[in-house]
Amino acid sequence: MKFVLSILDKFRPLFEPGGKLGRLFPLFEAGDTFLFTPAEVTEGAPHVRDAVDIKRWMITVVAALAPCLLFGIFNAGRQYNIANAVAGAGFWHHLGRGALIVLPIVMVSYVVGGLWEVLFAIVRKHEINEGFLVTGLLFPLTLPPTIPLWQVALGISFGVVIGKEIFGGTGFNVLNPALTARAFLFFAHAPQITGDSVWTKIADPSKVAEGFSGATPLAVAAGAPKGGSVLTALNEAGFTLKSMAIGLEGGSIGETSLIPVLIGAIVLILTGVGAWRIMAGGALGLVGAAYLLNALAGPDRSPFLALPWYYHVAMGSFAFGIVFMATDPVSAAATNAGKWIYGFLIGALIILIRVVNPAFPEGVMLSILFMNVMAPLVDYFVVRAHIRARERYLGSFRRA
Amino acid sequence: MDLVSLAVRSIFVENILLASFLGMCSFLAISKRIETAMGLGVAVIFVQTITVPANWVIRHYLLAPGALAWTGSEALAALDLSFLVFICFIATIASLVQLVEMVLDRFLPTLYQALGIFLPLITVNCAILGGSLFMVERNYTFPQALVYGFSSGAGWALAITAMGAIRRKLRYSNIPPGLRGLGITMILTGLMALAFMCFSGIQL
Repeated sequence: MKFVLSILDKFRPLFEPGGKLGRLFPLFEAGDTFLFTPAEVTEGAPHVRDAVDIKRWMITVVAALAPCLLFGIFNAGRQYNIANAVAGAGFWHHLGRGALIVLPIVMVSYVVGGLWEVLFAIVRKHEINEGFLVTGLLFPLTLPPTIPLWQVALGISFGVVIGKEIFGGTGFNVLNPALTARAFLFFAHAPQITGDSVWTKIADPSKVAEGFSGATPLAVAAGAPKGGSVLTALNEAGFTLKSMAIGLEGGSIGETSLIPVLIGAIVLILTGVGAWRIMAGGALGLVGAAYLLNALAGPDRSPFLALPWYYHVAMGSFAFGIVFMATDPVSAAATNAGKWIYGFLIGALIILIRVVNPAFPEGVMLSILFMNVMAPLVDYFVVRAHIRARERYLGSFRRA
Repeated sequence: MDLVSLAVRSIFVENILLASFLGMCSFLAISKRIETAMGLGVAVIFVQTITVPANWVIRHYLLAPGALAWTGSEALAALDLSFLVFICFIATIASLVQLVEMVLDRFLPTLYQALGIFLPLITVNCAILGGSLFMVERNYTFPQALVYGFSSGAGWALAITAMGAIRRKLRYSNIPPGLRGLGITMILTGLMALAFMCFSGIQL
């Protein structure tokens, strides 16, 4: 490492203001601080003595996402091999096929999004940091494996530029950039991102495996016939609670399984990077809303209303969204009480949109975006309530 | 139950600001500070709750085809005055706002002080006229008009308060100089509308 450091230090003057390549300083700085602790120290009080800066913070999230990415690769390959009835496919075969499907999507997201990030950093003279590595990985994990690559490029461009850079870059945005990108694609190119046929690539429509439908558990549950039971409909389609938790089924690349998401959640909570209050609030909201809908369920209503809450956790992308998307520290509520409220409303809204709104099969993306919009308001009221309480407390001394 | 679902629909699903984009001018201009945004929001709720039912009465008993049947005269009952809808609605809104202002000034001076300049400003807010026209277009009954007036105003207030809070947060952002002020607010309004899409399609 000493050797690398000496090389970096040798080239530093070239990139500093006045140097030949001064305009490219953000690039040099990004590489330098990615490897080493920055040399700068704060000049005025207060001094923060902590090795965990925003770069280490963000790279922790990337590490926590790794299990989801690996599982997503495996699952995408497995779905492909099953749907296309590839004979004799084993574990490594699934993994290799999945890598061929998923890695191009991730690479396009990183390259195109990275270009925008660097362009803005050089023109607007701000630093490049790993916040982009998180957005660039979260975004492909929310996409179906069959997404056309040009749409990935379009989506990440919208997310990075409109969702983040025009507000000044990392730390200033209002909405989660990865979800902004997905929402843009969702409304602009709906046929490629939603429906029963987008979750698995079919190489040759005449050779599809027998009994393959491609529907996700959410689509099956929403389509359960009136008067029937949603659990029967799920079981008939081959989805049990256990199978949905393990997640070897169709869905967006990173979200089908609970297990890698839980690993990620543990990493985020132990390192203190992800706010556990938001996750806990989200779980409470989900349970509450599910019980509320259970109470409303009746024989002449949609059987989806009667689905117990643990099924809601296992299916769809609730866990992925609440662990990785809702806890984005920039767009979430910042106060502790605000985090509970913010998480709770996300969880409740997800269930309401899933069950009550026939326009969307899943509500995770839009409920998190909606609460991103509302988060500053939640914070404002929490802070104001706190100020009022303090005033009352101090006032009690004055009277005494 | 019907009225509750109408209220939910007009606050969230068909938010008059973020789904119909009515009342944008005051939304963009007054959302800089969250306190004033809330003041304007309350004023809009207030005026909307009064003017929509008032316009319903005027339309129902004066302007709609055959509305004058209550006079007993056949010549009057055959009249169709609905071409006067726009001018009458505007006149009602303007005069009602003036009346409300005077009544508030006399009996509730604290609320009058709190609303301040926003009360007269509302006369020119297109969300108010839009609310009345939607009421005509959708054939609401009187209780529906009352609920719709209140909840469409509440939806507008929710949107402008959220925007006020976001712009308060944006004070610390490093927005490119060309986009500061109205530019970024326009983009934000679009992004907010995108987020509000989560309710579109809900059938209650």
